[in-house]
Amino acid sequence: MLWVIIIGLLPPGGVKAFDTPSDGGGSVTIRWELSPSETLSQFLGYRILRGESEAGPFEEVGYVIKGRGEYQDRSTEDGKSYYYLVVGVAVGDSVASSVVGPVISSAQWFNANRLNVLIFTFLISLFVLLYIRRAKRERLFIRKIPGLDAIEDAVGRSTEMGRPILYSFGLGLLSDVVTIASLSILSRVAKKAAEYGTRLIVPNYDPLVMTAAQETVKQAFTEAGRPDLYNEGDITFLTQDQFGYAAGVDGIIVREKPGTCFWQGYFFAESLILAETGHSVGAIQIAGTIAVTQLPFFIAACDYVLIGEEMYAASAYLRPEPQMVGSLKGEDIAKALIMALIIFSALWGTVGVLLNQWMGSSTLLDAFHSFVNWFTVGE
Amino acid sequence: MKREVPLAITFITGVLLVVAFFVPHPPLGDLQQRFQIWYSIVAGFTFLLGLDSLVKHHLKKIQHRRSGWGFSVALLISFFTTLILGFYSWFVFSSPYDLRAPFQWLYTSVILPLQATMFALLAFFIASAAYRAFRARNLAASLLLVSAGIVMLGRVPIGKAIWSGLPVISDWIMNYPQMAAKRGILMGTYLGAIAMSLRIILGMERTYLT
Repeated sequence: MLWVIIIGLLPPGGVKAFDTPSDGGGSVTIRWELSPSETLSQFLGYRILRGESEAGPFEEVGYVIKGRGEYQDRSTEDGKSYYYLVVGVAVGDSVASSVVGPVISSAQWFNANRLNVLIFTFLISLFVLLYIRRAKRERLFIRKIPGLDAIEDAVGRSTEMGRPILYSFGLGLLSDVVTIASLSILSRVAKKAAEYGTRLIVPNYDPLVMTAAQETVKQAFTEAGRPDLYNEGDITFLTQDQFGYAAGVDGIIVREKPGTCFWQGYFFAESLILAETGHSVGAIQIAGTIAVTQLPFFIAACDYVLIGEEMYAASAYLRPEPQMVGSLKGEDIAKALIMALIIFSALWGTVGVLLNQWMGSSTLLDAFHSFVNWFTVGE
Repeated sequence: MKREVPLAITFITGVLLVVAFFVPHPPLGDLQQRFQIWYSIVAGFTFLLGLDSLVKHHLKKIQHRRSGWGFSVALLISFFTTLILGFYSWFVFSSPYDLRAPFQWLYTSVILPLQATMFALLAFFIASAAYRAFRARNLAASLLLVSAGIVMLGRVPIGKAIWSGLPVISDWIMNYPQMAAKRGILMGTYLGAIAMSLRIILGMERTYLT
């Protein structure tokens, strides 16, 4: 404390206050250069004071610990002028910067931080739309997806064994895109089950998904000319508890001994509990999920697995209309573009590092860092 | 009309939310959160649908004495006991999770141990699945066996005691080949989600309208 008093605290310099960019208003950002007194152990941090006139009075709106040179005041009223000052605080002493302002907060019409997302969304959508147009003129190739080709065999096997089919969406909600993708697979499974006269059981985690599943199965049974086989009691709600759901489905598997189990949707830790129980009753199992952490479990326990994007491709694969196939091809082109971008960036970065090491020129490397940073902004 | 109206609602909502993602200015800025609240309210009411389905299904099972009807009796007793205790705790203690509330006792003494038991089963299932997956039937399976062995040993202290290089190789496998595959799958998944969303917004994907 004595040391602080003798030399005096130095205030933070270069204080700037400005309307926070790319936001919905109600926020001002205050930035400053760290006080040279930060090296002192007694130095604690900065108090941010706000006033409505240059002469004050000022009231504290925030506090940050030392080492940080930015604060966002999220309590401003748009269109009103504010003045700020930053006070360096040490044990038993404090020193204020000069007052800055006036600054007025306002809402922006475009979030510039998301420009990269906008450009890529636009490009991907463009590829998809272009290929939909192209698919109307010519036949486009789609590679085989064994998991989807196996649906008919799996349903047939259940029929031959005289056992039911079990279909689960996992813990996905109707607001998840993967659940919508799973509904188109359910539609195909239900149609085949109706044709073969096989019972289809769909235990659900979410009541909304249950309603959608009931309608999907009902429609598929009607289209197959067997509305009489539809039984609403086979498509029920179980629980919204993760392990309660796993226990419920396991119970159904052990009691009903399905010949085929479909695990199509979003799964968490219950994936292996379900798939291993299915395996224990000798069911053929076709899984599909976008949950990367659960894929290894399904691959270990199931006969076929739809990996990530294959699930989204299911509706186009099962209903190969031009617009559906075209959207898949557009997606492939976007993927090719991303791969080319990754290879190009890897080469650029490598050459940049080598030039920096051998010739001391950092221009290429700096440009590379700016390029990579452009992708990391987005929130 | 039965199809056109939902398709129009989907299109307008989809386009509005995409625009709102890029426009922070009110009233678009917080549109996503507002829609999320609407969804939560609607989803809350759908619990009644679930409740109806669950109770009706098990009552029918008991009524017709179908196989396993005893389990349905157990389920309905547990369900109504939990419901009654929940309401009782709410009225008497203001919250079902009050430490003195009987619902809280039910939660900590019955529901939590049951959840933990189901989760614990995973350990046995991992062992049985690993036994099948790690059989060296061909080159790919053998590679999986070797890399899995290294990763498992490299992640536990005994691995380092056997050979100090094991954790290093284990980290390399996780940081490079594993991460590359994972990112490849993720990129495909995200692109698939974008294309699928576009199909839904433009009305090409109509499965949810059945």
